[in-house]
Amino acid sequence: MIEISGSFWIVLTGVLATTSCGLLGTFLVLRKMSLLGDALSHAVLPGIAIAFLVSGSRAILPMFIGAALFGLVTTLLVEVFHKKWQVQEDASIGVVFTALFAMGVVLITAYAGQVDLDQECVLYGEIAYTPWDLLLWGGDSLGPRPVWILGGVLVLNLSLVTLFYKELKIASFDPAMAASVGINATLIHYLLMGMVSLTTVASFESVGAILVVAMLIVPGATAYLWSDRLAVVIALAMLFGAVSAMAGYFLASYWDSSIAGAMVVVVGGIFLISLLFSPNQGVLARLWQRLQLSLQVAQDHMLLALVRRDEEVEEHAKLRPDELVGSAAVWGVWARMAFAKLRRRSLVQQADGLIGLSAAGEQEALRLLRKHRLWETYMNRLGLPEDHVHDPADAIEHFISAELEAELGAEVGDGRDPQGKQIPPSGIEG
Amino acid sequence: MSQDNYPIQIHDMTIAYHKKPVLWDVDLDVPEGKLVGIIGPNGAGKSTMIKAIMELVPKASGWVRVYGKEYGEMRKIIGYVPQRESVDWDFPICALDVVLMGRYGHIGWMRRPGKQDREIARESLDLVGMGDFAERQISQLSGGQQQRVFLARALAQDARIYMMDEPFAGVDAATERAIIDILVNLREQGKTIMVVHHDLQTVTEYFDWVIMLNMRVVASGLTSDVFTDENLQKTYGGRLTVLSQAAQAMAEQRRGN
Amino acid sequence: MLENALRFMTMADANVRFVLFGSLLIGATGGLLGSFAVLRRRSLVGDALAHAALPGVALAYLWTGSKALPVLLAGATVSGVLGVLLMQFVINFTRIKADAAIGIVLSVFFGIGIVLLTHIQRSGSGNQSGLDKFLFGQAASLVEDDLKVMSVLAGLIILVLILFFKEFKALIFDPGFLQTLGYSTRWIDVLLMGLIALTVMVGLQAVGVVLIAAMLITPAVAARFWTEQLNKMVMLAAAFGGTSGIVGTFISSLAPKIPTGPVMVLVATFFFIVSALFAPRRGVLARGLRRRGNARRETQQHFLRACIELQEKIGEGRAWPVEELAIELGHSPDKVKRIGQQLAKAGLVARGDGRFALTEAGLQEGLFVVKSHRLWEHYLYYRAILDADHVDRPADEVEHLLTPEIIIRLEDILARERGIDPAQIVTLHGTGSQYRRGGRE
Repeated sequence: MIEISGSFWIVLTGVLATTSCGLLGTFLVLRKMSLLGDALSHAVLPGIAIAFLVSGSRAILPMFIGAALFGLVTTLLVEVFHKKWQVQEDASIGVVFTALFAMGVVLITAYAGQVDLDQECVLYGEIAYTPWDLLLWGGDSLGPRPVWILGGVLVLNLSLVTLFYKELKIASFDPAMAASVGINATLIHYLLMGMVSLTTVASFESVGAILVVAMLIVPGATAYLWSDRLAVVIALAMLFGAVSAMAGYFLASYWDSSIAGAMVVVVGGIFLISLLFSPNQGVLARLWQRLQLSLQVAQDHMLLALVRRDEEVEEHAKLRPDELVGSAAVWGVWARMAFAKLRRRSLVQQADGLIGLSAAGEQEALRLLRKHRLWETYMNRLGLPEDHVHDPADAIEHFISAELEAELGAEVGDGRDPQGKQIPPSGIEG
Repeated sequence: MSQDNYPIQIHDMTIAYHKKPVLWDVDLDVPEGKLVGIIGPNGAGKSTMIKAIMELVPKASGWVRVYGKEYGEMRKIIGYVPQRESVDWDFPICALDVVLMGRYGHIGWMRRPGKQDREIARESLDLVGMGDFAERQISQLSGGQQQRVFLARALAQDARIYMMDEPFAGVDAATERAIIDILVNLREQGKTIMVVHHDLQTVTEYFDWVIMLNMRVVASGLTSDVFTDENLQKTYGGRLTVLSQAAQAMAEQRRGN
Repeated sequence: MLENALRFMTMADANVRFVLFGSLLIGATGGLLGSFAVLRRRSLVGDALAHAALPGVALAYLWTGSKALPVLLAGATVSGVLGVLLMQFVINFTRIKADAAIGIVLSVFFGIGIVLLTHIQRSGSGNQSGLDKFLFGQAASLVEDDLKVMSVLAGLIILVLILFFKEFKALIFDPGFLQTLGYSTRWIDVLLMGLIALTVMVGLQAVGVVLIAAMLITPAVAARFWTEQLNKMVMLAAAFGGTSGIVGTFISSLAPKIPTGPVMVLVATFFFIVSALFAPRRGVLARGLRRRGNARRETQQHFLRACIELQEKIGEGRAWPVEELAIELGHSPDKVKRIGQQLAKAGLVARGDGRFALTEAGLQEGLFVVKSHRLWEHYLYYRAILDADHVDRPADEVEHLLTPEIIIRLEDILARERGIDPAQIVTLHGTGSQYRRGGRE
């Protein structure tokens, strides 16, 4: 018999629990039911306590039944309070789960002798005992009980999600439409809640209520910052959950603290990192995009300044650097960066300390000018007075795509803008 | 008329919602002492325009002047009647409480409404024919009654300019008549009233000045001059694909897509 | 247990007095603030705040080595507020929705708190039994100094509430309007959140992080059932909360193994259930009774209308046999007899001989019902363009809801648009109008 270290079992238990939670939790998050998940994981406690009292043991089946029952009760009560008794939804959830959780704690502490849970364990579990909590079969140890239970739950969850994938998908996104194609959204809802209850109970002994809540919500929400394809989000959620379990264990040994808590800290860290660094949704990415946009706008303004001067003097105009920077209408640093970019793109050339447009630059600038004047004309035709059209055009010229330009051209025709200046033709040569 | 005589002046105001322009370059002046109707199809930006004047939504560009000054300085003289659905009428207060809120601008931070404020509130309720309902819970009022309470609240402010958002939506004929009578009365007193309106049938009957909006101002002027078939066609009939596309493009780029 | 109870009742023990006062304070402030939090739909933000407070408690101890309440609460406030700010940030700047944001902050901060707490416990640097009472609460551990801190906080909360009552009221009801008056709704909202945070702090030691949110939610929700006035609701919520505090502490003192937090919550929940069921207007039973009353009124009106219509068919008023009425109404004869008896008691019909006849009063009432019904049929037929044989059913259901104002309006429409004299409307049916009751003629 190979000796598998205790650590391995502990980590495996954690991974199994967090992966199941991540899987189911994604649907909760996407359906805006995170708090119902929170409520469920608290509310199964009385079910577990009663199961203990009734069965007098830690047998898993009574606990499952007790939890499923109370899970159902929770969902039902929230519905009744909200729809029938007309209590606001968030308040309904709050009343139900706090009452049930309170009931659970009272049961546990009152019958402390008969119920093998203490109040702290309820919150963060006793995963460290996993290696000793063995499943015995005819005198042989088959490995820790929690591993079997959680493994079974994971398999069940995966099967159900795979089986009902498209139903879950539609019912989550658009329950009305789901009903119209014959999918009973209510049934799916209760199915999901039932699975969450089961998973919660299976995880309870090992990792407690807190971890369950965290692992239901955080991995799914974090994954949602990285992708908006359901399959990808689910996969990422499970991955984040598993990683948190592994890293969390080591963090806890390093800092001698609750293992479940450490797993939560890790998943929180993953969330924070995603918040900052996710390529589409992350804070830094967004700031970067804004920066890029303002640089683009600054470059456009500089090109326009040059080409307008061209028009005035009817030859290839040159501006001094400070004049050009001033035309960009942005702060010094950005303006210089924009100018540097124009140089890199070979749109401008410098000679004798003065700056002018290159051939490519002239094309680009004329295109911009065309867009500007097309918009001016368009707004003028729609009723805006001539002396008011410049500023709006100034703002929008950067966002006009080639197709939009074509449409504007079709509507407005060629000719002159409201100030009498010629609109540069399209497909210009130079 | 000099600058300061226009109750409302708007210059090149563009308003964006989630970075997408919904109203483009609004440029108009509203003359004093008129009952102004603001009309246009759904989503044309009518509510948005009056909300932007009152700085309830931010402007992407442009400015607004109230009698020549900034809105912040002049807000006390503007009375606002929002859409009825914008509040939860199940809130546990009575009609008088709602109207008293109109006095908060005069009462100031932390102080309680005084006897005079209550009298003014009751008078306002009388003016709209709801005097007997002062202590009635608002959840027990009909749609028309709720609308009147909202109007009474604005009247209690004793403003010079009134902004009303769809005051006639879903009210009965009697209430509609009662409200219009009050508004005409206000106009006789020299006040300016701007009303977002949804019913084309009654425009010529109710309003002497009309602003026609569809993502931009189609026309603005005396009803008799401006409420023409041609303008109606431009307001309700036109496809504004270019404006919509430009709006979409701006929104996407600014959001970083 | 009995001696515990006696200790409590006589209040001879100063400790008992402190604990009682403390619980009263907690419950009352929870109810006060909770009214606003619930109406503002911020119930669960209070929960997030409470859970987020835990790491602050642990850190405050780690950094200062002190377990004095003000120190711990200061830490709690800082981390709680930080959590709420982070939550707002996530909501405003990402596509993660509010519920998920609350859940993330709630669980992650709590997890951090647990890590810190267990670390303190295992590093043996000091017994942290003083700290873990913040999990589920231990009102019995309240001492005079704690009480002073709590009283100051509670006093502050009440003061601010009184001063800004009208601002909070307006903020929740119509923030847009409030803003146009020049009030900064953002700052008022921040102030309200600050008060919620303070309320959480007041209750943290006695109720614990996990359940303090309940004291902000349940008493307020219970109070809502009893009144339609905000000030009464706030007072009642405070009363429910305070009572829950006292009773909860008392029960918990009888069985010291059980922490006080959960017991208080259960007492508050009891108040909620009682209120929801038995409150006079908004309560479930009261509404059920009203619905039954309405349904009864409807069936009675149908009865009267049936009499009138039979009358029209025959051409004169008679006493109608039960069987005939049963066929006309589509009810069983027993039901007909029951309704008839009710109407007889009200003086609207006279019974005798297994027959029912309309009295004068019954006739008037019946004519009114018939008129309402037919006005509505006309309206549906002409305005809503329903087919003739489809109008009876809908009219059946609506006729009871027509107020005098609507009826005047309908008559007006008919007169203006169809040139029908409203006075004629009742007789229209009798002169062979085109409406047929589906399948019965």
